[in-house]
Amino acid sequence: MSEIDISREQIDGLYKKLDKDAETSGYHLNPDEEFTRDLVEGLLVNEERYGYRACPCRLASGEKDRDLDMICPCDYRDPDLNDYDICYCGLYVSQAVVDGGKEIKKIPERRPPKLEREKVKKESETKTVGISKLSKPVWRCKVCGYLCGRDEPPEVCPICKAKKERFEKFLE
Amino acid sequence: MDVKHVEGEKKGKIMLYAISTCVWCKKTKKLLENLNVDYHYVDVDLLDEEDKEKAEEEVAKWNSLCSFPTLVINDEDCVVGFDEEEIRSKIPNE
Repeated sequence: MSEIDISREQIDGLYKKLDKDAETSGYHLNPDEEFTRDLVEGLLVNEERYGYRACPCRLASGEKDRDLDMICPCDYRDPDLNDYDICYCGLYVSQAVVDGGKEIKKIPERRPPKLEREKVKKESETKTVGISKLSKPVWRCKVCGYLCGRDEPPEVCPICKAKKERFEKFLE
Repeated sequence: MDVKHVEGEKKGKIMLYAISTCVWCKKTKKLLENLNVDYHYVDVDLLDEEDKEKAEEEVAKWNSLCSFPTLVINDEDCVVGFDEEEIRSKIPNE
């Protein structure tokens, strides 16, 4: 596969946007700017290559539907921030890291292996708790847990900016 | 499969499975270079579908989660993720 060239301007642009989005919704980019810009470049490469921002540190399948859980911000970011103060690739960190109290290290992979992922996906498609008196279904953002009661999920999660396809029907 | 060779001091058979965009994989390559170790690596994301699957199977033998970097040493030991201390301690001395 050919090399994909990403310009400095592209990296600057996405870096600034991600930083702003993160700060306005209570998340933080890794303060190690060189490290973070390297990851941002990886996201841009993946966007060119696959059409979506697959995690730079995971192997994408090239099929969006199978990679939804690891499109940045991935479904595993928030639990990883809770447990390890950093997400798997290292793009996002907790407040404690920003404040300088914690050292950054690699963390274990939380994403289940391929076969298990496919099994869980099948199960979750058929598993929605029904509460018959609800006037609207409740949608849950799989990235940050945001819940909303409406006919369809929002285009973009107002909290973490994940796209509509990252929502699951939580209650109906 | 497009396996690259980085020349250095021979300290056994060192094989790194990596992702070209992964910062931790880059750190691992850099560490091996700093240690001046002779090693091979493959950027699994750059392979065609057939080789990608083959590489995934190879990685899964050592690391069932099939995560990267996975460093296989002498076909007998492996280090998952960039763990400088573990890599230093597992690379044979001669």
